Amino acid sequence: MLLQTAAVASTGHSLQGSVAEWIWLVPVLPLIGFLINGWLSLRAVGHVGPADPSGEEHGHGHTDDAHHDAHDDGHQATRHPSASIVSVVGPTVLILAFLLAVAIFAALAAAQPDAPFVKQLFTWMVAGDFRVDAAFQVDQLSMVMVLVITGVGALIHVFSVGYMRDDPGYPRYFAYLNLFVFFMLVLVLGASYPVLFVGWEGVGLCSYLLIGFWFTDKVNADAGKKAFVVNRIGDFGFLIAMFLLFANLGTLDFSGVNAAAPALGAGSALVTVICLLLFLGCAGKSAQIPLYVWLPDAMAGPTPVSALIHAATMVTAGVYLVARSAALFSMAPAASLTVALVGGLTALFAATIGLKQWDIKKVLAYSTVSQLGYMFVGVGVGAYAAGIFHLVTHAFFKALLFLGSGSVIYAMHQAYHHTGSHEDAQDMRNMGGLKQFMPVTFVLMWIATLAIAGIPPFAGFFSKDEILGAVFARTHGSTLADAQWFGIPGSAVLYAVWVFGLAAALLTAIYMTRMMLYTFHGPNRSGEREREHLHEAPWIMTGPLVALGVLSAVGGWLNLPAFFPAGPIQALHHWLEPVSGDAALQVTHGAEAHMTATTEYTLVGIAVAIAVAGIAIAFARLKPAALVPKAEAPEAEGFERVLEHKYYVDEIYDRIVVRPIESGSRGILWRGLDAGIIDGLFVNGSAYLARGFGWLGARLQTGRTGTYAWVLVIGVIAVLSAFSLR
Amino acid sequence: MSDFLASIGYNGWILPALLILPAVGALAVWLQGVLSRGTSNDVADTTARRMTFAILVLEFVLSIGLWWSLDQKDTGWQAVVDLPWIDVWGARFTVGVDGISVMMVLLTTMLMPLAILGGWTSIRRKVNGYHTLMLVLTTGMLGVFVAKDLFLFYVMWEVMLVPMYFIIGIWGGDRRIYASIKFFIYTMLGSLLMLVAIIYLGLQAGIMEGKPNFSYDAIMAVSGLSPTAMFLLFGAFFLAFAVKVPMFPFHTWLPDAHVEAPTAGSVILAGILLKLGTYGFLRFAMPLFPGVAMHPTVRTTVLALAVIGVIYGSLVALVQPDFKKLVAYSSVAHLGMVMLGIFANTRESIQGALMVMISHGLSTGALFFLIGMIYERKHSRMFADYGGIAKVVPIWSTILTIVALSSIGLPGTNGFVSEFLVMLGSFKTVPYMTTVAAIGVILSAAYLLWALQRLIYNAFDKPSNRSLPDLNWREIGLLTPLLIGILWLGVYPKPVLQRMEASATKLVQLVEQRGANQLPALTSGGGGN
Repeated sequence: MLLQTAAVASTGHSLQGSVAEWIWLVPVLPLIGFLINGWLSLRAVGHVGPADPSGEEHGHGHTDDAHHDAHDDGHQATRHPSASIVSVVGPTVLILAFLLAVAIFAALAAAQPDAPFVKQLFTWMVAGDFRVDAAFQVDQLSMVMVLVITGVGALIHVFSVGYMRDDPGYPRYFAYLNLFVFFMLVLVLGASYPVLFVGWEGVGLCSYLLIGFWFTDKVNADAGKKAFVVNRIGDFGFLIAMFLLFANLGTLDFSGVNAAAPALGAGSALVTVICLLLFLGCAGKSAQIPLYVWLPDAMAGPTPVSALIHAATMVTAGVYLVARSAALFSMAPAASLTVALVGGLTALFAATIGLKQWDIKKVLAYSTVSQLGYMFVGVGVGAYAAGIFHLVTHAFFKALLFLGSGSVIYAMHQAYHHTGSHEDAQDMRNMGGLKQFMPVTFVLMWIATLAIAGIPPFAGFFSKDEILGAVFARTHGSTLADAQWFGIPGSAVLYAVWVFGLAAALLTAIYMTRMMLYTFHGPNRSGEREREHLHEAPWIMTGPLVALGVLSAVGGWLNLPAFFPAGPIQALHHWLEPVSGDAALQVTHGAEAHMTATTEYTLVGIAVAIAVAGIAIAFARLKPAALVPKAEAPEAEGFERVLEHKYYVDEIYDRIVVRPIESGSRGILWRGLDAGIIDGLFVNGSAYLARGFGWLGARLQTGRTGTYAWVLVIGVIAVLSAFSLR
Repeated sequence: MSDFLASIGYNGWILPALLILPAVGALAVWLQGVLSRGTSNDVADTTARRMTFAILVLEFVLSIGLWWSLDQKDTGWQAVVDLPWIDVWGARFTVGVDGISVMMVLLTTMLMPLAILGGWTSIRRKVNGYHTLMLVLTTGMLGVFVAKDLFLFYVMWEVMLVPMYFIIGIWGGDRRIYASIKFFIYTMLGSLLMLVAIIYLGLQAGIMEGKPNFSYDAIMAVSGLSPTAMFLLFGAFFLAFAVKVPMFPFHTWLPDAHVEAPTAGSVILAGILLKLGTYGFLRFAMPLFPGVAMHPTVRTTVLALAVIGVIYGSLVALVQPDFKKLVAYSSVAHLGMVMLGIFANTRESIQGALMVMISHGLSTGALFFLIGMIYERKHSRMFADYGGIAKVVPIWSTILTIVALSSIGLPGTNGFVSEFLVMLGSFKTVPYMTTVAAIGVILSAAYLLWALQRLIYNAFDKPSNRSLPDLNWREIGLLTPLLIGILWLGVYPKPVLQRMEASATKLVQLVEQRGANQLPALTSGGGGN
């Protein structure tokens, strides 16, 4: 079914003439929002607070700036003059886009086409044999993504109205956020690799701009730059993969590549290399080992940004890319095993770091890295639907966790703001006992925590279980199990990945419970005076939380496991079959991966036991009452210290990559080669040489006729002898 | 539109008109300067600026017709005008355009009026002289792009060198004398060898007629050159063009020239002059001696230098403390990409190379304008003197960000389309070189984002920057066409690509076929290289 060309797909498609023709409007709506908000931002720039380089004006009214304490206490947040228009435009375009997406989704569900509906807009690039259209593709996979992006996106936009309204850069914030959604939609709707890449790089840009939103703080600007550059390392792989595809297949359209993919040869080195290069791109965008380092730093951005971009949508683009390229990955078992193994290792590795972070957003950041690892395990083992399923549920509960933490930080910051304290509003050691002040957030975040920990019947339980079950099922009777991975049997790799997954699940339950315990339970450590100002956020913020809470609780019903007695069994799995079904079947030798009911129940039992154990361990071992505020806390020792410093990976990268490049470029290339050898020795050297000759010549111009005569004679003799000697 | 153009005989006069108008204009501006001695300086200066701007706007308007009058299917020369010139030397005034040169002509006519606007307030000394030279420069550059006679080509090549020498040497920065002499000697060295090569070829082409023949077609028809002669001739052209591009290691004149040149000088240097080098490869070095160019050793060497240029230029750009120097080194990297595309010799890569030539003109031109604007306010180009100024000059910062992103090659901008096509096409013939060059994608993000950070982000901690005024309407106005170009070529480059397609295809075939004919003699007979 996938093997149909674009031409076939677009002529006589069952969606032709339907509302799906309007698919272009879905991304264009947020683009309009961007233009309006961007214009408001630039137009009213003169009104933004005083531009005082020596003063304390930091360009942000409140929130996450707590690590730097140069905060002006008397400073009243300057609300932007266009704030009220922005508050309407920003979220409205998203809600409209979501409604349109729902309509298109309904049309798609009614038509149930086997081939994607491709909407051609115009020809983008045409050169030689290469041609790529600006075209959008409506199919089961892209529309699931569109619903998540616009749906969760709309909720986060609404939340942002409350969270960011008092920031002087409010229109700029919404301009960036709208632009992000535009690019994210281009990413998932693009009908070819280059169009996807437009969105891919575009979301990277918005991520860069939003991480560095409060740009006068160097830490934030650094983090934005790091994100962009590290992503570019991945994009390098993505680009080379595209060049390889074009050189070998002559097209970069999804339908064309899928149709021609068999020509690459299943299991060939070529398709393996292409998939590995694509995965390098995914590792950058979706923060996997070794390119995950930018994501924790990305928490420098406003918290709703962390929820939308760095948890729910952008960072899952790599998972989407693998699922979108399922036809290629299913032909490359070695590459798929790499994806699964890297995913499994990342899941475990990031979870260990999450155990010792004190910044509430850092805990969630490493948790995101870890959960993204799960998704890659899913798509790596050829369970593309399972990977996408976890992507969706994760979007629900992680967005909720981030927005919830946003509410907490908001409350903490307001409290510190009232008292003029300079404490860190994101450090959990300064929190504690918040459940009495913020009961709604408390309950909702516990729902999300249970979801991510994998406690039934919450969303994460189903999706995580689906992935781990898929890994286990593929240890026998799949192309992956039969393949070799650097001489190791594929089944051994899969067992290892499964164990990593279970271990990470245990750690997930522990660190999430730890976060809840330290934040909401135990005594309050924020200070006597601050305590009075702690309260629940306004409803414009709490409302979206409630919606996400419901989704986190029931999201698992999207795809109930096969052994379930009733309900929509494997709905998402079947829904995605036209897109990735063939590829998934190829991995499992054409048969659905089936396990006996006993095995299934055992696996589920193990997973639940591990989750419960994790929570129990955390409750038993961690004593929030023993915590002291950040300012009084002692330095961690031993391995805890290593964890707190994230295994010193940033320092290692800095030492072996960043600094050698910088000093080498400066010392050897620029000062040495450029200024020294080329310019100094050759260019200026030859100038001195010429000057030397000139000096010599000048000496000869003595003005004495006698000398000239002698030179003339010598010259004549020389010339004559030269001729006679021929 | 094309009917209207045909009705006024546009193709019959446009190219001579484009060359003559600025030349006459130069005379007029110079005379105006001479005549207005004694009157108030300000009045005379303003008149000179306005006259030059008006002439160059007219020039642009006239040239736009080429966009429609160009027959996209025709692979040959169009709008040809052939007039007798120096008969005894066999030199004729023959001009024409094809899909390759027409875009360069339009880029030139578009950038020149903007360059005048860019120097509107910063050029205060010898205003008439400056504008006279700018007009002469215009004629020279356009002449190089449209010359169909190699003697005319060489004359125009030198005509454009002299005004640039004075523009840097008189209106430049503190080390302007050093920079201008370096620029002059570097370029002269290459071009004198090229002159020898052109004379040799002209003599060979006219050997039957008893007098030299410098016409492009005649020289293309020259046959029977010995392998040594071909290697030496290619070498002469190579040196002239490689210095101009500039290819590593002939690039060290560029940073000095850029840093010392006034804003308009830098814009023209980067936007147009460097393209004359790559244009020379496309027009002369490749089609005339494809056997040498495609000779495995030569080709590998040139490709290696191109790729080294990409990486080396980026790495050195990374550590520059001076913004203008950073952009200068980034030009070495971008032009390395062009050379990669040219010597990879596929249809995609050649079109990509042409696109890089255009888009580098827009993006780097815009960057130099932006540097000039902030320099005019602050009198510093050092990163260390800035930081956080997005707070005071948000419009400047926004435009700078967009332009920098286009230089980084963000999809949706010209930079992506052009470099993507170069690499996509080059990968087909030289995959390993292309892979190395693609690392430049990472490095360009590193050096430009770091530059952005040190300029507009970070702590706003320099009290003297408080009073920096944001862009005025003149400045916004002159940047707007460049921004439109940046986005247009990024989103809908098809019309431009289509106009190049026929000529690029022809070039690739020519190089393949002629090269296949020349190559056996070169590889078996050995070379003098």
